[in-house]
Amino acid sequence: MEFRARSTSRYQQLLDRLPVLGDVLRRPLGALGFLIVFLFLMLVVFAPLLAPYGFAAQDIPSMLQGPSRAHWLGTDHLGRDLLSRLIYGSRIALGVALPSVSAALFSGLTIGLIAGYAGGIIDDITLIILDSVQAFPAVILALAILALLGPSLTNVMLVIAITWTPGYARIARAQVLRTKQEPYIEVERSLGATRFRILFFHILPNIIAPLLILAAMDLPVVITFEAGLSFLGLGVRPPTPSWGVILSEGFNYIRQTPWPITWTGLTLIITTLGFTLFGETLRDVLDPTLSGTRGI
Amino acid sequence: MRNYLLKRLFMTLLVLVLVTIYLTLLVHIVPGDPAKSLLGPRANPERIARIRSAMNLDKPILQQIKISLVNLVRGDLGTDIFTGRRISMLIKSALPHTLILAWTSLSLAVILGIPLGVYSATHPDSWLDRFTAIISISFITVPSYVGGLFLLLIFAVNLQWMPAIGLGDKGNWLDYLQHLALPAVALAITWVGYLARLVRASLLEVLNQTYIRAEMAAGIPLRKIYYQYALKNALIPTVAVLGVGIGNLMAGAVFVELIFTRPGMGTLIYNAIQARNYPVVRAGVLVVAFLFVAANLLADILYTYLDPRIQLGKVRG
Repeated sequence: MEFRARSTSRYQQLLDRLPVLGDVLRRPLGALGFLIVFLFLMLVVFAPLLAPYGFAAQDIPSMLQGPSRAHWLGTDHLGRDLLSRLIYGSRIALGVALPSVSAALFSGLTIGLIAGYAGGIIDDITLIILDSVQAFPAVILALAILALLGPSLTNVMLVIAITWTPGYARIARAQVLRTKQEPYIEVERSLGATRFRILFFHILPNIIAPLLILAAMDLPVVITFEAGLSFLGLGVRPPTPSWGVILSEGFNYIRQTPWPITWTGLTLIITTLGFTLFGETLRDVLDPTLSGTRGI
Repeated sequence: MRNYLLKRLFMTLLVLVLVTIYLTLLVHIVPGDPAKSLLGPRANPERIARIRSAMNLDKPILQQIKISLVNLVRGDLGTDIFTGRRISMLIKSALPHTLILAWTSLSLAVILGIPLGVYSATHPDSWLDRFTAIISISFITVPSYVGGLFLLLIFAVNLQWMPAIGLGDKGNWLDYLQHLALPAVALAITWVGYLARLVRASLLEVLNQTYIRAEMAAGIPLRKIYYQYALKNALIPTVAVLGVGIGNLMAGAVFVELIFTRPGMGTLIYNAIQARNYPVVRAGVLVVAFLFVAANLLADILYTYLDPRIQLGKVRG
């Protein structure tokens, strides 16, 4: 009992020392989200240590088997260990999502900063172009581009970056419009600060936080997006163990074994759930005006 | 109101023109000769020349854009370069199935999502509210293809309660509905969760307003306040979202149609991609983008009409 009280207080002390993360961890669903994201990152970093087999190692006599002692989650149609493929798949998931979201954030931020600050005709033209790119539902735009470029890891990243850029650009632009009216920007301008200085030293630091949270919340969306394209055979190609590829191969053998679809589907759902819970709690913590309206 | 509508219509037309121009230019992003890349191993000089001419690739780019825009005004979507069939006929036979699927899913999402959201908002912080929150967030996180595969696995392969593939017998409505059920649920799952969360958030906001407190103080029964006064206002943001919803559902239909082997726009575009039949891909994408833009426009107009507090012309920012 004494131990429990002491450990609880130590935990509380630890939470107090972490200003934002502590607040996230105090909320049960936020803590659950953090745990899932943490475990996912562990899988990404330590994949070769955690995976019992290589992602392409075949055990032909054991193909299409259910969970067993040798293969905890079963095997696929080539006798490859599903657990190992899912663990390595986490690397593909993050390896595609992180660079493509970063590229979209960078280009969206640049477009938003320029359009929002310049205003006038530049802003109007930018808005129309953004509107027209957003006129395509994301999957449809991706299909149109991939139909021509062909399926590959790089092309998928390029397509995701193009698809996500307008969203960030719009938000960055709206934030710039709000921030550039602030008195301190007026003061900077009257003191003779250059446009570059105002944009990158004064406006950018003030608008970057919400965009970063948004980007973090987009990670799971992009992960499922990539898996979806790979499922269609338009993204990552076999034998690379993208979760979408595993699902697609599982779909071909759906009448023989349910396991590839079951485990991969659950992995995708749990990963997305973790990032969403963590991201939403983080947003609530950083923007208290929204708290209580989100149900977390 | 009229000025706003005209401006909004003009912007929509401009967006549609740009979308057409992008799709005309997109074929040029392929390194090298687009006709050669599209034909792949089937390429020979005669075929390449035929494709270049059929897709107007032998004309200057500006003229290609002009032809696309003129065809757009005429409602001409071009010809399938491999079979010679009118693409508009292909779309005419595929589109209704996708629209029925998307519309059924949206209706399901509304029927299930809104009551879930209302219950959560009227019982805030109860354990059932938290449970509903977990259910809604979990639903949001289920991609349509995972939902589709799970439903196929459980209800068609294992339990064999529902048919797995196709549209059902022609003319037999009951059979058609049976074949529609699983794809529609797969597509609706995400939106049930999303609508529940949205309605909960906007209803909580409305319930905090002074007029609701005044009604509570006046002793009006809570049920009447929730459903008759608060929900009406809380549903306004939902209308705006439904416009985006119908477009996203059409995009999600690509996966669901393939999983359940249903004919529709998704299957049409996917098969055209596999056959490297770019004119059909382009026309399919164009039609979906047009419907997406039209749905957004309708939702925007409805939104402005329903909520007179919105300053006309300043809805989007």
